[in-house]
Amino acid sequence: MIELEGVTLDYVSRGRRTRALEDVTLAVPRGGAVAFVGPSGCGKSTLLKLVSGLLAPTAGAVRVDGAPVSGPLRNVGMAFQNPVLLPWRSVLDNVLLPLEILRENRRRLAADRPAWEGRARELLRTVGLAGAEDRQPRELSGGMRQRVSLCRALIHEPELLLLDEPFAALDAFTREEMWELFQTLRRARPFTAVLVTHDLREAVFLSETVYVLATGPGRVAHVHAVALPQPRALADCYGPAGTALIAAMREQIRTARPEPAVLSGPAAQAGSIA
Amino acid sequence: MKRTVLLPLAAFALLLALWEVAVPLLRIQQIVLPRPSGIAATMAQTAGPIAHHAGQTLVTTMIGFAAAVALGLLLGFAIGASALVHDALYPLLVGFNSIPKAAVVPLLVMWFGVGTVPAVLTAFLLAFFPVAVNVALGLATLEVELRDVLRALGASRWQIFIKVGVPRTMPMFFASLKVAVSSAFVGSVISETVASNGGIGYLMAVAASDFNTRLAFSGLFVLAFMGVGLYGLFALVERRVTAWAYAD
Repeated sequence: MIELEGVTLDYVSRGRRTRALEDVTLAVPRGGAVAFVGPSGCGKSTLLKLVSGLLAPTAGAVRVDGAPVSGPLRNVGMAFQNPVLLPWRSVLDNVLLPLEILRENRRRLAADRPAWEGRARELLRTVGLAGAEDRQPRELSGGMRQRVSLCRALIHEPELLLLDEPFAALDAFTREEMWELFQTLRRARPFTAVLVTHDLREAVFLSETVYVLATGPGRVAHVHAVALPQPRALADCYGPAGTALIAAMREQIRTARPEPAVLSGPAAQAGSIA
Repeated sequence: MKRTVLLPLAAFALLLALWEVAVPLLRIQQIVLPRPSGIAATMAQTAGPIAHHAGQTLVTTMIGFAAAVALGLLLGFAIGASALVHDALYPLLVGFNSIPKAAVVPLLVMWFGVGTVPAVLTAFLLAFFPVAVNVALGLATLEVELRDVLRALGASRWQIFIKVGVPRTMPMFFASLKVAVSSAFVGSVISETVASNGGIGYLMAVAASDFNTRLAFSGLFVLAFMGVGLYGLFALVERRVTAWAYAD
């Protein structure tokens, strides 16, 4: 259970204070999946960093399972729009990275390294990267790297997966494949997922609740429960219920965007940070 | 690859050939500028002593270089990892580096006497700056995202340093080695020329005072070969160790 209560975040840069998020209150149930959508600069990525503990709120509280978050959370899986693999490591060693950090994971890895390597290979096979284990990141295409970074986010079986536009750089077909893969993985081993995306269809397909954020400063403008059956098929998103929801959200995001005249104001600057 | 080796060799051979014919053609006295063939003959005749002095220079250079790498790494990591250390020491480092090191040699001789010690210290003083600066720069320019990936996994500052800071800095560290080894070489030869009783720098100083131009040129060629060799060695190591940092 993740709770945000009255969370406000100000960025201070060169003595100037910019409000990125204001008074955000929401809760993500254990095992649930939520998505944040909204115009550029609405603080979506900032929200994710707050949840992960990479940033501390200026005001308000972030709690995970009732305990306040005071530093980077342990055992979280994270994947960003930019896959950020370690270029000096092979694909397999990149996937195994999370197991080398926390003591309990290091112990698990040391106890049975072949088993974890097997699991990494299995994950890579699931995302269509069988045979790429020993290749170097620079030899892979952007989409392949993205899939490696997803494997890395999952290898240590995190209870919480944070995704910041993880599929934005992929082509439409690969992206849909990744959505289905994500669903398969979640059904195989449930975890809580928080997703930031620009893609409304992606938000609808992957989550149970979609938060529409507005800019200037970033805040929750609308909340939608996604009333589609589980497991979902791609056709559901393209069906009447999915399409209606997407159309509604698109309109809300359009109106949540600041007027063009305001673009040079503080809202646009918050955008350049978030 | 072949081309990058053969072409400079051919250019060098051409230069030597031009030199060889230009000296008699322009009626230049051998004592002013000897012909390459004459220099080669002197090198062959005095191969023993030259090798002895070259060995001395090499040892001096490598000791100074090794010390410079150790301290440069340490200082570079400290400066790169801590803004406090950076702000306090970096300006001092830059100021120190702007002192011409040849000016320090007399002091070193005063303290340690004529010989190997001032040469080693001069080599060290010249070589450690490029290592420290490159390592500091490599660490300070670590991508935020790379650090965030590790932080999100719960890594401590030390783990971030070991897992991404150090590997990320290696290309810049190895790039600095080839510069540093050349600097160390320059340092030891400067010191040998001014105050020593061995080494190629000493050999050249003696040759010059005897007006033995051929021997001086022999020393110069040996220095050139050694310099290129050391640089090439560390360039090769760099390529091998940090291949990931190069596009194919």
